[in-house]
Amino acid sequence: MARRKLMARLRRSNWYTFSHIHRADHHQPAQEDNIDFGYPRTIYCNQIYESHSHHKRPSISCANDISTTKYTVATFLPRALYEQFNRVANIYFLIAAVLSTTPYGPFSPFSAIAPLAFVVGLSMTKELVEDWRRFLQDRKVNMRDADVHIGGGFFGIKPWKDVMVGDVIKVQKDQFFPADLLLLSSVYDDGMCYVETMNLDGETNLKAKRALEATMGLVEDGYFTDFKDAIIRCEESNSSLYTFVGNIEYDGKLYNLDPNQILLRDSKLRNTEYVYGVVIYTGHETKVMQNSTKSPSKRSRIEKQMDKVIYILFTLLVLVSAVSSIRFGYMTKSYIPDWWYLKTPDKDHLYDPDHPVTSAVYHLITALILYGYLIPISLYISIELVKVLQASFINKDMNMYDCQTQTPAQARTSNLNEELGQVDTILSDKTGTLTCNQMDFLKCSIAGIAYGTRASEVELAASKKMAKDLDGQEPDFMSLKNSKSNEVELECVITSNGNENYETAAPIKGFSFEDIRLMNGNWSKEKNADIHLLFFRILAVCHTAIPEVNEETGALTYEAESPDEGSFLVAAREFGFEYFKRTQASIFVREMEPSTGETIEREFKLLNLLDFTSKRKRMSVIVRDEEGRIFLLCKGADTIIFDRLSEEGRMFEESTTKHLHDYGDAGLRTLVFAYRKLEEADFKAWNDEFMKAKNNMSNNRDETLERLSDEMEKNLILVGATAVEDKLQQGVPKCIDRLAQAGLKIWVLTGDKMETAINIGFSCSLLRQGMQQICITTTDYDTVQGIKSDIMMQIANGTKMINAEKDPHAAFALIIDGKTLTYALEDEVKHQFLHLAVLCASVICCRVSPKQKALVTRLVKEGTGKTTLAIGDGANDVGMIQEADIGVGISGVEGMQAVMSSDFAIAQFRFLERLLVVHGHWCYKRIAQMICYFFYKNIAFGLTIFYYEACTGFSGSSIYDDWYMILYNVAVTSLPVISLGVFEQDVSSEICLQFPALYQQGPQNLFFGWYRIIGWMCNGVYASLTIFFLNIIAFTYDPFRSDGQTTDMSIVGAGMFTTIVCAVNVQIALALSHFTWIQHILILGSIKVWFIFLIIYGSMPPEYSHSVFHVFVDALAPSPIFWIIGTLVVVACNFPYFVHMAFQRSFRPMDHHVIQEMMYYKKHDRPMWKRERRKGRKQAKFGFTARVDAKIRQLKNKLQRKPSNLALRSLEHVCAVPSVTKSIP
Amino acid sequence: MNSDAPSSSSGPAGSADSTAPRRNSKRPKYSKFTQQELPACKPILTPGWVIASFLLVSVIFIPIGVVSLLASKDVVEIIDRYDYECIPQESRNDKVKYIQNSTDNDCTRRLTVKKDMDHPIYVYYQLDNFYQNHRRYVKSRSDQQLKDKKDKNEISSCKPEDDANGKPIVPCGLIAWSMFNDTYSFSRSNQSLKINKKGISWKSDREHKFGKDVFPENFQNGSYIGGAKLDSSIPLSKQEDLIVWMRTAALPTFRKLYGKIEVDLKKGEVIDVLLKNNYNTYSFNGKKKLVLSTTSWLGGKNNFIGIAYLTVGGLCFLLVMAFSVIYVVKPRRLGDPSYLSWNMNPGGRLTS
Repeated sequence: MARRKLMARLRRSNWYTFSHIHRADHHQPAQEDNIDFGYPRTIYCNQIYESHSHHKRPSISCANDISTTKYTVATFLPRALYEQFNRVANIYFLIAAVLSTTPYGPFSPFSAIAPLAFVVGLSMTKELVEDWRRFLQDRKVNMRDADVHIGGGFFGIKPWKDVMVGDVIKVQKDQFFPADLLLLSSVYDDGMCYVETMNLDGETNLKAKRALEATMGLVEDGYFTDFKDAIIRCEESNSSLYTFVGNIEYDGKLYNLDPNQILLRDSKLRNTEYVYGVVIYTGHETKVMQNSTKSPSKRSRIEKQMDKVIYILFTLLVLVSAVSSIRFGYMTKSYIPDWWYLKTPDKDHLYDPDHPVTSAVYHLITALILYGYLIPISLYISIELVKVLQASFINKDMNMYDCQTQTPAQARTSNLNEELGQVDTILSDKTGTLTCNQMDFLKCSIAGIAYGTRASEVELAASKKMAKDLDGQEPDFMSLKNSKSNEVELECVITSNGNENYETAAPIKGFSFEDIRLMNGNWSKEKNADIHLLFFRILAVCHTAIPEVNEETGALTYEAESPDEGSFLVAAREFGFEYFKRTQASIFVREMEPSTGETIEREFKLLNLLDFTSKRKRMSVIVRDEEGRIFLLCKGADTIIFDRLSEEGRMFEESTTKHLHDYGDAGLRTLVFAYRKLEEADFKAWNDEFMKAKNNMSNNRDETLERLSDEMEKNLILVGATAVEDKLQQGVPKCIDRLAQAGLKIWVLTGDKMETAINIGFSCSLLRQGMQQICITTTDYDTVQGIKSDIMMQIANGTKMINAEKDPHAAFALIIDGKTLTYALEDEVKHQFLHLAVLCASVICCRVSPKQKALVTRLVKEGTGKTTLAIGDGANDVGMIQEADIGVGISGVEGMQAVMSSDFAIAQFRFLERLLVVHGHWCYKRIAQMICYFFYKNIAFGLTIFYYEACTGFSGSSIYDDWYMILYNVAVTSLPVISLGVFEQDVSSEICLQFPALYQQGPQNLFFGWYRIIGWMCNGVYASLTIFFLNIIAFTYDPFRSDGQTTDMSIVGAGMFTTIVCAVNVQIALALSHFTWIQHILILGSIKVWFIFLIIYGSMPPEYSHSVFHVFVDALAPSPIFWIIGTLVVVACNFPYFVHMAFQRSFRPMDHHVIQEMMYYKKHDRPMWKRERRKGRKQAKFGFTARVDAKIRQLKNKLQRKPSNLALRSLEHVCAVPSVTKSIP
Repeated sequence: MNSDAPSSSSGPAGSADSTAPRRNSKRPKYSKFTQQELPACKPILTPGWVIASFLLVSVIFIPIGVVSLLASKDVVEIIDRYDYECIPQESRNDKVKYIQNSTDNDCTRRLTVKKDMDHPIYVYYQLDNFYQNHRRYVKSRSDQQLKDKKDKNEISSCKPEDDANGKPIVPCGLIAWSMFNDTYSFSRSNQSLKINKKGISWKSDREHKFGKDVFPENFQNGSYIGGAKLDSSIPLSKQEDLIVWMRTAALPTFRKLYGKIEVDLKKGEVIDVLLKNNYNTYSFNGKKKLVLSTTSWLGGKNNFIGIAYLTVGGLCFLLVMAFSVIYVVKPRRLGDPSYLSWNMNPGGRLTS
């Protein structure tokens, strides 16, 4: 307890500041005239409600249980039905079903209602299951335990849902707050507590909250017996996370409240043993729930286009029906009176020659139902089913399972599977998505000597890739490549050493440094050992972190402001300088004396601390060591520090600069260390002035402080530099490379600093040397207009530059910061900005707010009209994820906000490649082909009904039995098309990955363009004509078999329907390119099912089977003409498609055709296969391969430009000894 | 959309998840099915396959076409349209009135056999412009009633010909009511030719659809008489003309079997037909034809199938030639990478 008190005091101390903690203003009792009793909400704190309470329950009580379900028991049926019939097609079918019960329906009502009930029922079941899952999840949350004051100073466990407004709640460390609380007190005397708000805003660092002084004293359970008279008056609940207005009346005094005392639901108590708080908002009134927006339901591009096609079909349907009805009306008037066998007129309006218009209108109803088969009723449900299955394949893909976090990929909505195949632009978050948000101390440069042998991931990947890529070069390039490979292989040798050790070293989080020269105290044997010592001291002392001892193991962890700092401290510890304690005035470090190996505790008196800000880009501490010397220790960005070096301090500048350059190239984050020794008197003078300025509350205080800091951080002496690897997530550069080859554009939107963002850009190959960077920044102008016009200028210049560029290989990168983006996203500028951004190969936006992320996403989505995909891991990415066409969340890390709002969740960025290039590609093609086929088959069938109508005087009679109609969409054609949608693969997954360029078929929409759709529709029309006329002409009035019988409706109907079933199933067999046993079974099965049905149905007594009775067994099967016509129809129907395919394959093969063939012949021609793989990805302008290519080009140019003897000689040399160069790897 | 304040559609749920213990069972289990790696046959449409399939079609279709044409050629057909000729000269101005009022409608037709006709020779009547497939007509029947004596009163579907004077009609409905009632008798050299009217209907109809104990009742008793009358002493299952008629034709032009002539007819023979022209097709300008036809294994005279087969077969053969020429003149090597989109328009698509 004593230790804790100490800690608490420590935290209060004025030097220790997390930069974001704004110290709470002193809470004075509010002035009388400021009291606003107009607050709408009054909360009586800590009322223990007995059954017969004297107190009135507050009227504003809202239960603390939350519900995110869409339906309740009562509303499920009406709402789910409403949702179902929100679809145009379903409404149509509903109307049709209702009308079919009237005498005007052409079929029995059953045949209209059954499929609809089936389809709607299935969809509703799906909804129900999904909602049930949501309900279970809610219940889990609602039943969590909360520690609530139950009176008399006792606290008891209640489920979250029973927490009431006004309750006093005790929250333990690492627990979530069950509701929005007013912080009363914490374990610390000063009423501070630390809160992690990751679930709210995605920020991982801790935020400090501070209780009012008046309530700070309530630190034990027992105190709450008497805590009764407090009354909180505050505003109504709203969604703003950072504001709160209200006051508390306690002990007869009023105190104003501010957001600093509010603990929000879903944030987590950290680093604080426990806190007490009063509930002010509960359940759906909490700020986090007020902020929850229903994730917008997204529909894929294909589906939107499909709707258009459905409208076209509707038009066709109405047109055909109108034609029928008009003709029918005309016939009713002019012909039917003469058709005595119909015995008209009668009371029935339908055939009343005196009222042909009425008849026609009634007939329209009949016709609309009759031709309803033009619109595939099972389309929606089939697509839903297919998508669910596709999604389950995504979920089950082992190649997208992350072993470390044990997270499989998850398709959270199945709506967007095919959209994955059409992505054009990826907008990615950086931290947590591209990088792990973990820094590894990797290299350093001390006193001009570089230490650290291990290669960064970028270097490793680079050398590996280069070595690999050079293997399969074309012979004519051989010489060139070899000349280059000298360098590459050298690198390989170096890095492969590092690689071997990689596995053996025990991983220490944040520390990947490896160099025997510095470890185990060996540094003392190096030259300039004193400088080394200083370097390590700077590491251990110059920071703002606090150490935390794990009470069980005694191990130290550091609570640092940034991961960089954490890695420095870990590094210092590993070098033998363990920072272990911090007090108000001192920093304690355990140093290992290299000569003796003993550990000595040293105290550094902290005299002053000059904070790090993004503007200063440096941080200093002024300390007094045990010998009484005063040092200013400084770390900062290289440019800043180099400017401040003294003449004598530049000893190592040249070599350090070189090292820094190398580190930068390797994608590492660098900081430069320097120091300055201060004289006692100088320091004192400066310190007095500084303190004075600090306490002076005048307007120019900040400027004065700035000036003074500046004065102090001068004449520094360079010590060295550190290189920290912002660890990329596994496989990120490779994934980006592949995505680039797939023709995708990648924008990085990050909240980070520009330098960091650019570093990461380099390390994941979004940027490379030689790529021209267009940086757009704001300079300080007085007016908004000035800033805007400046930005416009910069944009225009950039555009001009790109347009003037002649070199086809030139690539540009656009880098813009958040502040500039605020202006660039305004209406006048945004289109030019977008135009420029589209021309650039890479776009990096830094320092962007969550809202700007969403705005940028919207700009890209709406501006380019192409599909966007946003990927991120934190709550700050939620807006972007919801705004983009597809939102992908990184799962498996803490904080599920991004995942909960995403459409797909993957554990690592690298899985995006497989998700898009394999699953996206497949799903796109599958769904596109499936929809086209659906239209085809329904047109082919529906139009035959229309043609037949023309033969029956448009009377509305159908040649098909009702059962045929029901079966057509449900049984005999649906399963093969579902197998197309679920299992079709144009090429295997490996080939998808090897030829990322194939992905472009999606964004270019080659499979669902209007040509394709119309082509398939025409094919359907052709098939309907063929089927109908061949059958009708063959089966006309002649005897159709040798025993002289003639046909009737049932025979022609059954015969025709059989040919349709066969023809459309053969058609799908032709359209497939991937047959597993499933396809075989389903296609053959569908045909068989039809015949079996026909036999079974026909053998039922005539009361049930009516005209179908024995139609197959007696009439059709024994008749050769039936089989002959069947064969003819099937061949003739598929003839044009087959010819089209043959011609397309011969003259204009599509990429996947050629690749299929290459795959087929792969065994014979490996070099070609490799060459094409390389060529297929050549076009990308960023990514690793582009980097390598650029380098190769550069070299080639050099050789061509200077055909000097030297170059030639080197070439000869290389050619002469290819075996040598080859053998090195 | 308010992204300033990050939204959390179901935040608490998320935080619950992160604290939940992780189970190892999340790892997807490997199976060829879930990994979409089932062994598959992936046919590629190579030139060889194209030519082979077209060749196969033409090789099969052309002979079938030829055979069909030959079969059709063997069929001998005599068609005689009599609706006009059988109206006396003086009544031809108002044929409807004649057919409705006249009692003596005898008419004699003389047919010449152009080719030898082997028995059985099928006798058909052919009606034109008669919409047996009209919805009102098709629906107007009662299958229950036809089959079962008990279901005599199942006449709801038979409107408007369901009952006469309140009693149910058997067989009810427009179809039965409008049954064809022209009759033919044939004679060759004044010697009558027997027409066999047995077995002209489908066996399944006789045995299962039309009851053996169902007798016509109240048939054609209404005010308005349609077509043929039925002998109410013969059960429906034996009324083969009715059974044939009740099978509604698919098209407005149809033939129905009237009977069979069980002797051969020689070329040049003259057949006299004595017919009673009772049936009113004049109201709706329908033609009436008498057809005598032999059959082949393929049925009646129908050149269409043969022609269609020859056309498709021929077309395929042409395509075989065309593709062969193409593959010889301008071959595309299979898997030729120069046809890949990135080789077709270098620097194109991806960067555009």
